[in-house]
Amino acid sequence: MDFSFTEEQTLLRNTVERFVQDKYDFETRAKIIKSDDGWRKDYWQQFAELGILAAPFDEDHGGLGGSAIDIMVMMEELGKGLVVEPFLPTVVLGGGFLRHGGTAAHKAEVIPAVIGGECVIAPAYAEPRGRFNLADLETTAKKDGEGYVLNGHKAVALGGPWADKFIITARTSGGQRDEQGVTVFLVDKNTDGLSTRDYPTVDGYRASEVMLDNVKVSADAIIGDVDNGLELVERVMDEGIAALCAEACGVMKQLVDKTIAYSRERKQFGVAIGSFQVLQHRMVDMYLNYEQSVSMTYMVNLKLGEDATERKKAASAAKVQIGRAGKFIGQNAVQIHGGMGITEEMDVGHYFKRITMIDTQFGNVDHHMRRYAALSE
Amino acid sequence: MDLAFEQADLAFQQEVRAYLDEVLDDELRRKLSQSKNGYVDKEGQVKWHKALAKKGWVAPHWPEEWGGPGWTATQKYIFDVENARLGTPIVSPMGVRMVGPVILAFGTDEQKKKFLPPIYNGDVWWCQGYSEPGAGSDLASLQMKAEDKGDHYLLNGTKIWTTHAQWADWIFCLVRTDATVAKRQNGISFVLVDMHSPGISVKPIVTLDGPIENEQEINQVFFDDVKVPKENRIGEQDKGWTYAKYLLEFERGNTYAPSIKRAIKKIRRIAAAESDGCGGQLIEDAGFRDKINQLEIEATAMEFTELRIFAALSAGQAPGPESSILKCRGSEMQQRVSELVLEAVGVYGHPFIADTFAISNEPRPGSDYAGPAAPAYFNYRKTSIYAGSNEIQRNIIAKLVLGL
Repeated sequence: MDFSFTEEQTLLRNTVERFVQDKYDFETRAKIIKSDDGWRKDYWQQFAELGILAAPFDEDHGGLGGSAIDIMVMMEELGKGLVVEPFLPTVVLGGGFLRHGGTAAHKAEVIPAVIGGECVIAPAYAEPRGRFNLADLETTAKKDGEGYVLNGHKAVALGGPWADKFIITARTSGGQRDEQGVTVFLVDKNTDGLSTRDYPTVDGYRASEVMLDNVKVSADAIIGDVDNGLELVERVMDEGIAALCAEACGVMKQLVDKTIAYSRERKQFGVAIGSFQVLQHRMVDMYLNYEQSVSMTYMVNLKLGEDATERKKAASAAKVQIGRAGKFIGQNAVQIHGGMGITEEMDVGHYFKRITMIDTQFGNVDHHMRRYAALSE
Repeated sequence: MDLAFEQADLAFQQEVRAYLDEVLDDELRRKLSQSKNGYVDKEGQVKWHKALAKKGWVAPHWPEEWGGPGWTATQKYIFDVENARLGTPIVSPMGVRMVGPVILAFGTDEQKKKFLPPIYNGDVWWCQGYSEPGAGSDLASLQMKAEDKGDHYLLNGTKIWTTHAQWADWIFCLVRTDATVAKRQNGISFVLVDMHSPGISVKPIVTLDGPIENEQEINQVFFDDVKVPKENRIGEQDKGWTYAKYLLEFERGNTYAPSIKRAIKKIRRIAAAESDGCGGQLIEDAGFRDKINQLEIEATAMEFTELRIFAALSAGQAPGPESSILKCRGSEMQQRVSELVLEAVGVYGHPFIADTFAISNEPRPGSDYAGPAAPAYFNYRKTSIYAGSNEIQRNIIAKLVLGL
């Protein structure tokens, strides 16, 4: 047993940490999220140059051959800076689909473009009426000669406004919620019939509704197997959860540290408010929640390679822990900051908003409690 | 003990219900459905205030001499419940609920004649100058200076978290008239200040829910050599703390249960409209239903706590330290309501709609009720912080109720 990090992992962490410290301070981020574009494309290029975008890919395709732990350490640092650039959608999710299900041509063409910072991918898996069920798909892909025709509406594709390609889940056969009949497509944004409605999100990111109106794609667009895509989708989403948990740990770390620091500075009744026992115990509980979350994040990242049932249980368990801890830590961080905690000018509120929305991403506490229960029966 | 209303009360309930339903027009209903905090814009707020004032119902706890309706405790409660049932706008509390009772209790005849009618009629907008950057939970440490200049005071300093200061015509302020006192609660005076006086400036505070320009809920107000005539002081100089505490009990003595019960109905409607991802609707999900029912049971406990407290009060009396019980539990339940709404809307909690009141031809991402879900959740974190944080309320209960 060994919970230490490799030299490469420490190097990756330091790289991202330094980037966030030097170039992603609170004021810079505030400008980025208010800008028309909502992200810094030049930063994305710098991510490419620093090798951040290459981490999980095989060396054959120009990658660094890193593991889930490599992603984990980077996500934690990105979380500390509330970095909005689409590392999770493009590299973790998009990259995951390409690595596990992409054709030789996808791997040869798209992976190098991702690594080079030339291709942003936004997975569009959610639907307006699907809630968190990845198999609940009203979007259809009908066979049309050698290719397929896609019709439907995909909801809240994070990173959508910046994307060059979308990964779209659609039903090629079966009923609306059948496990069989799900197929994954890689679709260029500029394909005829595809349109987006772009908007900011409450936590400073950008997302899109993706409308598919007779979008014709060739069979080359398929990632994984026709009709058997759900297992692939679940695997990639579990990897997304593992990465998201790491991001959440970064966010929670900041919330805990900033709250402790504030409670030392802020004086009322002639003393620092951190000297009040009621707040001390609250902060201790925040800290305990954070440490348990770090443990669960290690757990899920170490179990991603296990059989599907173990992996799914690990992911759901971690997501439940993160959701509950995030709510407790976020709410109390704001509470202890008092009025300052609810202002845009103070950073703590932005961490609170992000940790709140992390619960909704990839399914909330209730959803994963149910998934965990179903897998444990 | 008897729960049933008498015949006269039932008739009163019908009368209230009919009038509120009539004056709450479609425009107000539309804006309310999109509100992040229970308020609409100033125009809508004033419209609602005036509609109640016209009927003589805008200040239920004022004496009849000044326009109060002379209702019994039961009638007042019925009025609150009917407002909550319909989900009417919050009447801006700073005039009728806060400074109004203080002027009634401690003001001179001249002050009553000057200030009460425009408050009642909704012709002036009031805001509250209590907190300062260094004086939040520890309100008595406030420092805003009021120098005695003979016939007037000269104000210098700043007030913070001032709700709707950008719309206000007047502000009531706690100011430091004596900085030499040993006990900081002494040496504070309560003054009424014209917001149009030279030397006053208002800086918006942008909150997490992302308000658009001029719709911000809170502000910081700066006072730079602002002259306030002495006739605008309430009661005695240096005794302002007494009046301030009197006001705080009114501020905290809201009914919460009726509006929470209404909000729970709204959550049920949303959960009935949202799918559960398993072929049914979210309302059929046992886990989610449990959470709604749990909240409803707690709201019922709150409802009967409120009834017990208000039944024990004689007309016009402030509720005392019991108001801290209501504030703690009520604010925490309001927050849970906003949590459940956000949970119910699922992925459509993500999109940010800047101007929720605007009418747009372009359909919104997600249902209309999803737009304000996350902003309201963020906004309602304030309720356990403002009007004395819930930690302070618990201190008050420990000291004044439990005698610890």
